[in-house]
Amino acid sequence: MGTALNPSYFMVLSAALFAIGLYGALSRKNAIAVLISIEIMLTAVNINLVAINKFLTPEAFIGQIFAIFVITVAAAEVGLGLAIIIAIYRNRHTVDLDDFNWMKW
Amino acid sequence: MDNVYSLLAFVLLAGMILGSALLVVTLRNLVHSVLWLIVMFIGVAGTFLLLNADFVAAVQVLVYAGAVCIMLVFGVMLVQRPNMEHSNPINWRFKLAAPLVGGLFIVIGWLTAKSQLVVSGQEVPAQTVQALAPILLNDFVIPFEVAAILLTVALTGALLLVKEVKANGNGS
Repeated sequence: MGTALNPSYFMVLSAALFAIGLYGALSRKNAIAVLISIEIMLTAVNINLVAINKFLTPEAFIGQIFAIFVITVAAAEVGLGLAIIIAIYRNRHTVDLDDFNWMKW
Repeated sequence: MDNVYSLLAFVLLAGMILGSALLVVTLRNLVHSVLWLIVMFIGVAGTFLLLNADFVAAVQVLVYAGAVCIMLVFGVMLVQRPNMEHSNPINWRFKLAAPLVGGLFIVIGWLTAKSQLVVSGQEVPAQTVQALAPILLNDFVIPFEVAAILLTVALTGALLLVKEVKANGNGS
């Protein structure tokens, strides 16, 4: 394959980043840390979209458009998520996800 | 020769991204996690530049490394008062999560190695912003407006959520 970049490298990078983000989302107790891990996973998806855009359809720019929309949604998501966490913290004085159990029945 | 440089840049950026992402999910102090998250986002912006997506790289730096990380730092400061040292504990699920994500990574890597991608030999046009704008405002104008509405609704909702709890907050 030589030294030229190829899309598989970027896919493996994005898969590794997604796996790290998933590990963080599953293994953390703090709700803000889980939110950060979700941001890492969305970023991994963006790398994949832009890499596919460069290597497979360089004229169409669809991948970059999708990446911009993903960034928009991620910004909205982190704002709302933090608002919910702060609201819960004011009621319950905890951000530990294992204590968020009052929707169980 | 150009290939060697871009491969070197890719290896350095990948090491930077993966290393700082690992630090983000393993460090005990949440503020340090957020600071390493900024490093990771800047590395990702470098990867976008390597992929000829300069507008997305600029948006990445502005939105993620700027706005989102500052918002996260504010969130950490607002909810964590005592003892920042152990603000980010891990729960019992990490024993389950580690083999799960390892398996997921192996499966994705195997599928990537197996897939036959038809690489188009063309280059990305040099001026991406001039090419993005007509697509965004012609073909994708409905999603564009929906994204604007989404941002407005999210902003209003976040304000409402925080304000309402403050109004009837203490103790109830």
